[in-house]
Amino acid sequence: MNDGTIRGALYVVVASIGLVAPMLFPDYTIQLAFLWLMVLFALTWDILGGQMGYNSFGNILFFGLGCYVTAVLQRDTELGFFVSLAAGMGLSVVVAVAAAAILGPLILAMRGHYFAICTLGLGIAVADIFAGWDYVGAGSGIVPRLYPGDVADRNYFYYYLLFALAVAAFVTLRVLYRSRFGLAINAIRDDEDKAEAMGIHTTRYKVAAWMVAAFFLGLAGGPVAGLVGFVDPRDLAFAGPTFGVWMVLMAILGGKGTLWGPVIGAVIFHITQEVFWTYFLGWQRVMLGLLIVLIVVFFPMGIMGWLRENRPQWFGEVVRGTAEAKAGERAA
Amino acid sequence: MDNIQVLLQAPVFNLQLLIDGLLIGAIFALAAYGMALVWGVMNVINIAQGEFVMLGGYVTVYLSLAGMHPLLTIPVAFVALFVLGWVLYRGVIFRVVDKDLFISILATFGLSILLQQLANELFGADVRTAESGLDTVFLAGGTVTVAQIKLVAFAAAIVLGFALMLFLKNSRLGQAIRATAQNARAARILGIDTDRVYATTYALNAAICGAAGALVAMTWIIHPYLGLTYTVRAFMIVIVAGLGNLLGIIFSGAGLGISEQYAGFVLGAEFQTAFLFSLLVVILVVRNLSLKRKRKYLK
Repeated sequence: MNDGTIRGALYVVVASIGLVAPMLFPDYTIQLAFLWLMVLFALTWDILGGQMGYNSFGNILFFGLGCYVTAVLQRDTELGFFVSLAAGMGLSVVVAVAAAAILGPLILAMRGHYFAICTLGLGIAVADIFAGWDYVGAGSGIVPRLYPGDVADRNYFYYYLLFALAVAAFVTLRVLYRSRFGLAINAIRDDEDKAEAMGIHTTRYKVAAWMVAAFFLGLAGGPVAGLVGFVDPRDLAFAGPTFGVWMVLMAILGGKGTLWGPVIGAVIFHITQEVFWTYFLGWQRVMLGLLIVLIVVFFPMGIMGWLRENRPQWFGEVVRGTAEAKAGERAA
Repeated sequence: MDNIQVLLQAPVFNLQLLIDGLLIGAIFALAAYGMALVWGVMNVINIAQGEFVMLGGYVTVYLSLAGMHPLLTIPVAFVALFVLGWVLYRGVIFRVVDKDLFISILATFGLSILLQQLANELFGADVRTAESGLDTVFLAGGTVTVAQIKLVAFAAAIVLGFALMLFLKNSRLGQAIRATAQNARAARILGIDTDRVYATTYALNAAICGAAGALVAMTWIIHPYLGLTYTVRAFMIVIVAGLGNLLGIIFSGAGLGISEQYAGFVLGAEFQTAFLFSLLVVILVVRNLSLKRKRKYLK
């Protein structure tokens, strides 16, 4: 069995778990749907945070725009449910990607910590603007259109929608990371000035990378709004202290800068949170703060980084310089 | 926008906003001075800055409930936060000092969430304040009011700021801190225990914020979730004024305080936070654009 078959088998196993999970555990469909949302969050955060070295605290902005655009469109039009959801998601993508395209050249021109703090401010500013804006229901939020059918069907519908989005994000990123685009953003992470000197249009690539993240986050907003049944500006749409922090934490926990790391981090984080945090009722946010400190200070390389260091043979890397391994490396 | 009309028709309201902004601005400047100190010496941007302010405020609230006069609690808040800062440095911060800036941002961000949520569990989410029992001064025929405690707090902030500047300039420890800021390696060669300097700097910053928080609790309000706003204010002031420029920090603090008062009055209280964080984004974008123009000019 070579690496290719193992990897192929892994994809098949994950995909089939994703497909049958809600049938095996119908009571947990909502939590499982959120699991795929978390995977999507971590994956899209890692485009900038891991692959490009730009640590954003404000990616939640695009998700919130998606929630609101879909909910407002469903409120103000007479279209049927599925048409309005599709139209809302389509419009969300346009708005979110446009937001990334407009803000990108301004904000992504900042380096390192300025970018991190600017995006932190951006996320909170937008949350507060939406919480005070009467057209979108201000602080009392907005209710998206109800799913026409019973609750179980609704949950299945949104589960498979979010599952499909997470898979689509994974596949898209896998293709992108293997293309010239992936090499360019990795070059920006390693040394931006050198990358620019080599002729890479760094700003163009940086904005494009943010637009990819905005694309998937904007798409995810509508289904999540429908699944929760209520869009709150601070607790769902622009939930910086929860979703916004979790996406950073999940990507780092799994190992940033890898494709599988964010997925693994999201799964572990979400399951831990659902299973154990009931024991810390009321204290779960204290635990979150503690967890961030512990992971960042003691485990910044993440699970994939740890594995790469301690089990390099799993990644097809040379352990001892045998001719065969070298040939394998050259082929890879 | 009707409120702009009010400001134009009754100019005396401007005076009220200016005075309030100036007085609160001095407290912002104090927190910013601490942030600039840690940033300059340790190259760490401390996101937990606002939480130190908040905790200092709670020291004052609880001690004044126990019967102490709020003004006397300032030194207590100073010392209590100094100890907390020292403990946090020995526990967490020393591990991230020489790491990548983002690691320290994220670590202090985690600390900020931790302290904020602990305060929420321990002290409750209510809005608190410490009663000083001082009078209110009426100006301009009673249309402009200034609480005396705000004047006292303003004076205390200024005195504390200059005391710190003198401390850094003249004392042995202050000189060691400045030497470490200039070149940590050279300082180590010359026999300065830089690890201890870092610990002192971080603890001193926490203590400054604690004193600022005591002043906030006396003059305004505190609650567990106001930390991040003070961090962002401190960050903005440092960005505008630059590191190690006390006068600049005082002026930008006053400017920020005044613009916040105007924003709160004109846009309404529900948009005051939105204004603050939008201002952060705008300042960073403008700063970046002007740097870019400078680079083009040099080419």
